[in-house]
Amino acid sequence: MAKGSVSIHVERCKACGFCVEFCPTKVLALSSAFNSKGYHPPQMVAPEKCSGCDLCGMYCPDFAIFGYRLNAADSANAPDKEATDAR
Amino acid sequence: MSTIPINPVLPFLRTDRMPTIWCPGCGIGTTVNCFARALLDSGVDLKHLAIVSGIGCTGRVAGYVKLDSFHTTHGRAIPFATGLKLANPKLNVVVYSGDGDLSAIGGNHLIHAARRNIDIKVICVNNLIYAMTGGQTAPTTPGHVITSTHPYGTFDPNFNLPHLVEAAGAVYVARWTTFHVRQIARSMAEVFKKPGFCFIEILSPCPTLYQRRNKMGDGLDTMKFYKEHSKIKNGVSTSEVGLTRNGDIIVGKFVDRDRSDYLTMAHDQFVEALGDRYVDECAAECCEEGI
Repeated sequence: MAKGSVSIHVERCKACGFCVEFCPTKVLALSSAFNSKGYHPPQMVAPEKCSGCDLCGMYCPDFAIFGYRLNAADSANAPDKEATDAR
Repeated sequence: MSTIPINPVLPFLRTDRMPTIWCPGCGIGTTVNCFARALLDSGVDLKHLAIVSGIGCTGRVAGYVKLDSFHTTHGRAIPFATGLKLANPKLNVVVYSGDGDLSAIGGNHLIHAARRNIDIKVICVNNLIYAMTGGQTAPTTPGHVITSTHPYGTFDPNFNLPHLVEAAGAVYVARWTTFHVRQIARSMAEVFKKPGFCFIEILSPCPTLYQRRNKMGDGLDTMKFYKEHSKIKNGVSTSEVGLTRNGDIIVGKFVDRDRSDYLTMAHDQFVEALGDRYVDECAAECCEEGI
């Protein structure tokens, strides 16, 4: 069960890949989709592994991603994809 | 489904100016991110905080943080910060600038601020090159590096900034790379509590001008290089931490010592010379009003 989740601001991303590379549990991967500037923003490929440590948030040079911990009630219904793209 | 929290660093940023001008893979944004987290962790009073930047890629930081900030002329971030600090000693003054602005154009100001031990916190983002002007050789560029002004490779010795500022008199000297995000945030939080001239050097990739020209890959490859080649040696002598093109990067907190800062020394000297006739006007008046 996922302990955390990430929130991605797709339009701010420049696809440097820092979050993907340094995620301790390898939750993220760059998606094949484009944002309006033509970059490939990251997406969660293994959301169940996310611990919500927010290391992706600390590495992000464009303030486009951050991790947060889910409380026990939230982790029962794991975050859907639309929710992670909200911010 | 509960609501998603907002990004914890957003309250410190002028999001209307985003996206930043920094290239994909540049590490300056990462340092700003760590700075915002250091502000969160240390609980610094934001009403008594000012950020001063010079010119350059890192000089843009003053424009992106939602704090009292000033974007000064080239190399003059430290003199401006000095004036700010002397006029309002309660203020926490942070100089956030690049290696070219601080050590080349403003090099003299850097060593003299360290000598006087003025209570300012200097964060120097070192990308080893003059990035904004097109990749010319900077005083911090290591040897055997191709730059636009040294197309056959640099040969002049480079500055070892921690050694320089320690010799000049800084009380806190640390170096990290953009890979060491938690350590950067901790160092930044530490310097807010440390009176005197504090200096944090942060090595950052410049994928567009430094790494590309030297066939070192992109920003991510540089971060991997930092991960593999950084050696944490806290307290090591700063004379041993010089940078080379491909060699190991010694990081850590090198200096943490105590010296009287400039305002304390000035106060003590005036008291000694003038005795009862000396009235500390600033302490009596300016500071009560705040900023």
